[in-house]
Amino acid sequence: MADTASLDAHELLDRILAAEDRKGLLRFITCGSVDDGKSTLIGRLLYDAELVLEDHLAALANESVNRAVTQDGFDFSLLVDGLQAEREQGITIDVAYRFFATAKRKFIVADTPGHEQYTRNMVTGASNADLAVILIDARKGVLTQTRRHSYICALLGIRDVVVAVNKMDLVDYSEAAFRDIEEEFEAFAAEIGLPNVQLIPVSALMGDNIASSSSRMAWYDGPALLDFLETVIVDDERERAAVQPLRFPVQWVNRPDLDFRGFSGTIAAGTVTVGDTLMVTRSRTASRVRRIATFDGDLHRAQAGDAVTIELADEIDVSRGDMLAHETALPALADQLQAHLVWMAEDEMIPGRSYILEIGHDRVPASVTELKHRVDVNTLERAAAKTLALNGVGVVNIATDRPIAFDPYAENRTTGSFILVDRISNATVGAGMIDFALRRATNIAWQSFDIDRAARAGQKRQSPAILWFTGLSGSGKSTIANLVEKRLYAEGKHLYVLDGDNVRHGLNRDLGFTDADRVENIRRVAEVARLMAEAGLIVLVSFISPFRRERRMAREIAGDVPFLEVYVDTPIEICEQRDPKGLYAKARAGAIANFTGIDSPYEAPEKAEIIIHGGIGDPEDHAAAVIEAIDRSFRAGTGTNRY
Amino acid sequence: MTALPQHLKLLEAESIQIIREVAAAFERPVMLYSIGKDSSVLLQLARKAFFPAKIPFPLLHVDTTWKFRDMITFRDAAAERYGFNLIVHTNVEAVEAGVTPFTHSSVIYNDLMKTKALRDALAAGRFDAAIGGARRDEEKSRAKERIFSLRSSAQRWDPKNQRPELWRQYNTRVSPGESMRVFPLSNWTERDVWQYVYREEIPIVPLYLAKPRPVVRRQGAWIMVDDHRLPMERDEKPEMRWIRFRSLGCYPLSGAVESKATTLPEILVEMHTSRVSERQGRLIDTDQVGSMEKKKQEGYF
Repeated sequence: MADTASLDAHELLDRILAAEDRKGLLRFITCGSVDDGKSTLIGRLLYDAELVLEDHLAALANESVNRAVTQDGFDFSLLVDGLQAEREQGITIDVAYRFFATAKRKFIVADTPGHEQYTRNMVTGASNADLAVILIDARKGVLTQTRRHSYICALLGIRDVVVAVNKMDLVDYSEAAFRDIEEEFEAFAAEIGLPNVQLIPVSALMGDNIASSSSRMAWYDGPALLDFLETVIVDDERERAAVQPLRFPVQWVNRPDLDFRGFSGTIAAGTVTVGDTLMVTRSRTASRVRRIATFDGDLHRAQAGDAVTIELADEIDVSRGDMLAHETALPALADQLQAHLVWMAEDEMIPGRSYILEIGHDRVPASVTELKHRVDVNTLERAAAKTLALNGVGVVNIATDRPIAFDPYAENRTTGSFILVDRISNATVGAGMIDFALRRATNIAWQSFDIDRAARAGQKRQSPAILWFTGLSGSGKSTIANLVEKRLYAEGKHLYVLDGDNVRHGLNRDLGFTDADRVENIRRVAEVARLMAEAGLIVLVSFISPFRRERRMAREIAGDVPFLEVYVDTPIEICEQRDPKGLYAKARAGAIANFTGIDSPYEAPEKAEIIIHGGIGDPEDHAAAVIEAIDRSFRAGTGTNRY
Repeated sequence: MTALPQHLKLLEAESIQIIREVAAAFERPVMLYSIGKDSSVLLQLARKAFFPAKIPFPLLHVDTTWKFRDMITFRDAAAERYGFNLIVHTNVEAVEAGVTPFTHSSVIYNDLMKTKALRDALAAGRFDAAIGGARRDEEKSRAKERIFSLRSSAQRWDPKNQRPELWRQYNTRVSPGESMRVFPLSNWTERDVWQYVYREEIPIVPLYLAKPRPVVRRQGAWIMVDDHRLPMERDEKPEMRWIRFRSLGCYPLSGAVESKATTLPEILVEMHTSRVSERQGRLIDTDQVGSMEKKKQEGYF
C-alpha cells in the first residue's frame, strides 16, 4: 500500500476493517507430553510470523539470558510460560490463552500443559477448541500422554488434528523416523475415531516447517504448520448448530417492571422466529413468541449463538434452568442417563456419592449409580473399576434428583455436556458428555397409593421421623438409641432401630469398608429409613457415618420426613478406653484397616440438631435429653406435634 | 454501523452470557469501573445484557485521587447519562498518611491505593462477585486466568488451584467469605476493543485521542503534567507535545505515546501498524519480577 498517505483515515480504515472482517477465527489447543516443546513451538510461531511486539521482544531477550537459547538468542518458551511457578519448574501448569492474527486468519490458542497431573486443564482447553495441535518428540515417538491427549480430543469431539513431530533436528531430519511415527499414530487415530489427521515434521527450536517450508526436509512435501493452520477448513460448530432444532436454555428472567417479563439466554441451537410456539421442556406448557428483544432493536428471527431476550404471549411458569424448544423437536427429558465422564479431582469419584450436576443453567443434585467401566487410555481397553481417580475416564450411569433436558453430546456440545461439582468444596470435579437417556428412567412412574404416610402415622398416633445418630465407634450411639427406644416404646410409640453392625449382617453384607462401600452402605440405610418412616415409624439410625457428604445425602433422601442429626460427641480417648467390641485394639495392632478415628477420618457435624457429650454424664440422662430435644424441635416445627 | 462482523458478534454474545450469569448466580455482584476503554465496552455490554431492564448491580470505582481529571469528569457524566449506581472508594487513611506515587515506590503505592482499597471496598459492600474488564492478551499471568476466577476469603488468587473451566459451563459456587472475579472480556484483544468502540460509537475519555499536552520525559516515558501536584525535578520543564494514551491509570504512572491520531479512525489505523504493546507505558507492570502475578495473588484486579 504505497499510496496510503494519500488516503484519508476513514477510507484506509474501511479497507483494513473489510480485510479483518473476512478473516475467520480458529480456536485450537496445543498438547503433548512434558518437554515436547509446546511453549517453544508457539513462541516460535509468533516470532516467525512477526507477531511478537517490540517491547515483548526486548523483555524476552533480557529474560533469555542464562537460559538455553536458540541461535536467535531467545528462549521462546518464555513468551508463553508466564507464571513464576512455571518458570521455576520449567513446566506449563495451566492453560494459557494466546491471541494472534495473520493476514488470513485470527487465532485463539489454548496452550495446555503436558504434565500428567494437569490433564484436567488439557480437557478444559479442548472443550472450546475446533482443532488440536499435538506435539510428539521425534526421538520418543508416541507416548502415553500422546495417546491420552489424542483420545481426549476424540472424546471431546475435536475432528481435526495436526500432529507436529518436533525436534526433527535431533534425529538428523530423518524421514524414516518421521514415517515410523506417522504409521503408528495413524493406526491409533483410526482406532479412536479421529477423522482428519495431518502430520508435519518440525523443529520449533530451529524454525523448520513452522512459518515456512524447510529446505532441510526436502522429502516432506506437505504444508508448513502456519500454512496449514491458516487454510484448514474445520467443522463449523456454529453453522452446524444453526440448522439443528431450537434449544434455548433460560439464563435469567428479565422483569424490569410489571409490563415486561422476558427470558434472557443464549440460543444453543437452531433458530427462533416471532410467532413460534415454544414449549417448556420440563413442564410441557407452551406459549407463542411475542417478541425477541435486544438492545439494538427487536428481531424477527434469532439463531444459535445469539444472546437475546424472548417475551412470550402467555404468563406461563418459566424460570432459570428451564429449556425452551419447539414442540415438534423437544430435547430428551430424563433423570437417568449414560455419559462419558472425565474425573478432575484428587478425591476419587465414588458411585452413590451426591454431587451437583450443572447443565446449561440448570443445577440439580445427582449421583453416579454405576461405573460401567473405566477406559484405559493407553490400550483403549475397558477395565472394570469401582471408582475413578484423578484423570480417569469412564462410562457411567447417572441419576439426577429431578429430570433434566439435554441432547447427546455427539449432536450438541452445549446441551450435551455437564460438569459435576463437589458439594462441600465447590470444586469442579467431573466433566461429562452425555451419550443417551436411559429408558428405564422414563418407564418407571411413581405408583401412588391411597393410604399414605399421613394415614399410617395417624393410625399409630405419632409423627414419623428419622433420628440419625453419628459418632465414633464406642461413643455410645447404640446405648443411647436403645434407651430412647425403650422410653418411647413405653409411651406406646412405634419405632425401629437400624444399627450399623446388624445391617451389615444382611442387607449390606456384600459391602466392605472402602470409601466407595461406605457411601453405598449409607445410601441403602438412608433409603430403608425413609421407607420405614413412610410406613409411619420413628426410625433411629445408629451408624458411625463418618463423612459429612453422606450424612447430607441421608438428609436429602429423607426428603420431607423430619430428619434430626444426633451427634454423640465423645472424645476418642474415652471411646478407645471403652472399646466395647475390642475394635480399637485390633486397629492399633494393624489388624483392621480404614478404621474411623485411627487411620480414617471422622468429620464432625457442623450443625447437628442435637449434640450429646457422651464422655460425661449418664446414658439415661442423655436419652432424656434426646427426647426433650425431639419434642422441642417438633413443637418449633409443626406446632402441637407430639410423638 | 451496528452491523458487527462475525467475530465481534461472537465475542459480544459470549460476554453478554457471562455478565448475565453473574447477575443470575450471585447475590451481591458489582462491576469494576475504571473509566478506560475496556470499562466503556464492559458498560455497553452490561446495558445490552439486561435490556430492557437497567443494570441490576452497582458500579465501583477505586479512586486513587491521582487519576487524570478528564477521567473523573467522564465518569460522573457517564453515571449521569446511563443512570447507573456508582460507588466511589478511596483509601482515605493512605491519602491522609501522605502516600503518593512520588513519596512511595510504585509497589507500595499500588498496594495501598489500588489493591488494598479494592479489597476494602469489596469487603465493605459484601460483594460476592466482581466483574472486571481485564483481557487475556494484556499480560502473561492474565493469559492464564479463568473467566470466573475464585478468590479466597482473604481475596487471594491461587494460580495453582483454579477450577477447570469447560465449555461455557461456569461453576459459580462460592463458600461463605469466598468471592469471584469475573472477566467477560477475557477473549477480546486490544484491536477488538477499539473496533467495537468504533462500530458501536461508544464514548471514551478524550485522553485516548491525540492533542498537544504538557509532558515531561521520565524513565523513558512521556508523563503528562495533569495538575500542579506533579513535582518537577531539577532541569525539568514541561513541554507541549502531541500525545495520546493507549492505557489509562494514575497520571504520574501512565506513559503517553506520541501521536497525531485525533479521531477514532486514525487511532485504529495507527493500531494497525503499531509494533508495541498497550501496557508498554505502564510502569507498574515491570516494577518487580512476575509483577502482575504477585499483584493479582494479593488481590489486585
